[in-house]
Amino acid sequence: MMSRRAAQWPRQIREPLRQAGILLGVAAIALLMLVGLLLLTGHAVGPALSALVRGAVGSSYAFTSATLVRMVPLGFAGLAVSLAFRAGLLNVGAEGQLLMGAAAATALSLPLAHVSPWLAIPLLLLCGGVAGAGWAGVAAVLRARFGVLEVISTIMLNFLALYVTGYLVRGPLQEPTRINPQSDTLPSALQLPVLLDGTRLHAGVPLLVLAAVLMWWWLSHTASGFRVRAVGASPSAAQSAGGINVSRTVLLAFLGSGLLAGLGGAVEYLGITFALYENFSPGYGYTAIAVALLARLHPLGVLVSALVFGALDAGANAMQRDAGVPNVVVSVVVAMLILLIVAADRFVGQSTIARGTSGRPAESGT
Amino acid sequence: MIALALDVAPDAGGAFLEATVRTATPLALAALGECVSEKAGVINIGLEGSIIAGALGATVAAGLVGVGGGFAAGALCGLLVAALFALFTVGLRADQIITGTAITLFALGLTGTLYRSLFGVSGVALATPTAGVVALPGVSALPLVGRALFAQPLITYFTWGMAPLLAWWMARTHAGLALRAIGEAPDAAITAGIRPRRWQAAAVLFAGAMAGLAGSTLVLAQAGTFVENMSAGRGFIAIAIVVLGRWRPIPVLGAALLFGAANSLQTLFQSMGWTGVPYQLFLALPYLLTLAVLAGASGRAASPAALGKR
Repeated sequence: MMSRRAAQWPRQIREPLRQAGILLGVAAIALLMLVGLLLLTGHAVGPALSALVRGAVGSSYAFTSATLVRMVPLGFAGLAVSLAFRAGLLNVGAEGQLLMGAAAATALSLPLAHVSPWLAIPLLLLCGGVAGAGWAGVAAVLRARFGVLEVISTIMLNFLALYVTGYLVRGPLQEPTRINPQSDTLPSALQLPVLLDGTRLHAGVPLLVLAAVLMWWWLSHTASGFRVRAVGASPSAAQSAGGINVSRTVLLAFLGSGLLAGLGGAVEYLGITFALYENFSPGYGYTAIAVALLARLHPLGVLVSALVFGALDAGANAMQRDAGVPNVVVSVVVAMLILLIVAADRFVGQSTIARGTSGRPAESGT
Repeated sequence: MIALALDVAPDAGGAFLEATVRTATPLALAALGECVSEKAGVINIGLEGSIIAGALGATVAAGLVGVGGGFAAGALCGLLVAALFALFTVGLRADQIITGTAITLFALGLTGTLYRSLFGVSGVALATPTAGVVALPGVSALPLVGRALFAQPLITYFTWGMAPLLAWWMARTHAGLALRAIGEAPDAAITAGIRPRRWQAAAVLFAGAMAGLAGSTLVLAQAGTFVENMSAGRGFIAIAIVVLGRWRPIPVLGAALLFGAANSLQTLFQSMGWTGVPYQLFLALPYLLTLAVLAGASGRAASPAALGKR
């Protein structure tokens, strides 16, 4: 219930205020959860939280080389999940699409080792994006042709991507000495340029910002972007009143989503890891769901929320290093954030998210 | 295929069937529970979370009070995770799919945190007592199927019994009819004086306890230890099994056996000396099968009409 005074404020002020209020409340509860969990597992709360903060924003090195750097894969995957969500799809497969993007870029980096970086780097990124789109395409076809719920198909595809990666780094792409299950190191010429000397901050950060701006512009200013939003809001209305080809739009959104996630994998490979290995992604694709929800599916909001989760991730690693708190504690906080946001939406009514996921017509058998 | 195996190792066929039943048991437990929940119109993607919570609960309790207590604690932990899911979906009418995804993430993170905090990351595997095999006299000595069907831990026999029991309950009892009415026609059910939310909550809790038993089985009847993320997508596979079994308990049990067989092909092929094929392909088989099953099951779909609706 809104107070009478608040109801009289213009919508442009009321709405962001309300959203900010929800987010603050959600963040406060999540912080309480974290503290509770620390107490429950017998860790000293003070040192753990201070390690969390120090690891995220405690120094310019921590900020540039941990927080900002982690923001990149989370941001690309967050954009991917947001785009799918906008079309009423829950893409839980950003994890697998990101892996396949990285794998494709890795596979292509050897043949391109002696090509000019100006040509090779864009090619590798493109290749990663296409691979991610292809991996998402499998789920898209299963959904469109066979009515398979994408939540399940994309999770299965995540496991398959893990096994494909495992096979690649123990087989065709394994480094020449064949000791470690990982690929060759990427030649330094093909690595994404570092923006600040002495840090790991790479060109992937501006690339992410560019991708977010492009996606925002596309969604709000183009006809195909409008169609995606219309289908997400109500597939039946889009079909009957809008004359929109729903299945084609859904396919487009799914492919675009996979493209973004795959691109994120390629950027991570070219910018940070320089090699492919089995645990290439520590669950970026799953955290991305929280990134997207916290951003209210807004591409520019994703930049902010990816920064928040990047900091959380960086802080969690510092917390594990310095205070011995397992870094998986972050998954718990992320999950609580998702639950609280979804619940808050129910409480204040008028949901901006996920209109189409479980409310979709029950034409599918799953 | 079994005949081929017999050429190589005399007992490969029997071992394959035994492995099939062993891997099918947790899948069947989780799927039978989910079957009930989906009949009431709730799809619980958080099943995976109940399984992993059940696995950790069983590990801790088995060390303290033994195998039986381990199973009980596992079921309770699975139920508690499902209670969180029910609170958000049945209580607050939050989106079932997003909530389920978050619940899985929550339980995977929580079990990882608790396990590392309780037992450290010493790398030393924590061994739990395991459920002994109860061999039925006479029949367990039958060739080929004896060990697979009649020399299993009690939890497997419990699973065997649960499927027909649930089938009978859903088809023949008043309560079972009420449950199905909620999943098919909630408005009509309300008119008939049924309270959907109570039934849905109960069904979700039952599914959670069954998934918790599935997790306990992984630890107490199979691995003998807890490993982070050891649920390995079984919750999602169980959902595919429900679809393949067409929301009917006995076919669901059969579908679980099919998935168990897909999982056990790995050992069969190894015993046949197939080394040319990457082993990842065999590991991937259950996941590929899930996709194939879901794709093949569409069109003939008979899911509860109100499944996933708020």
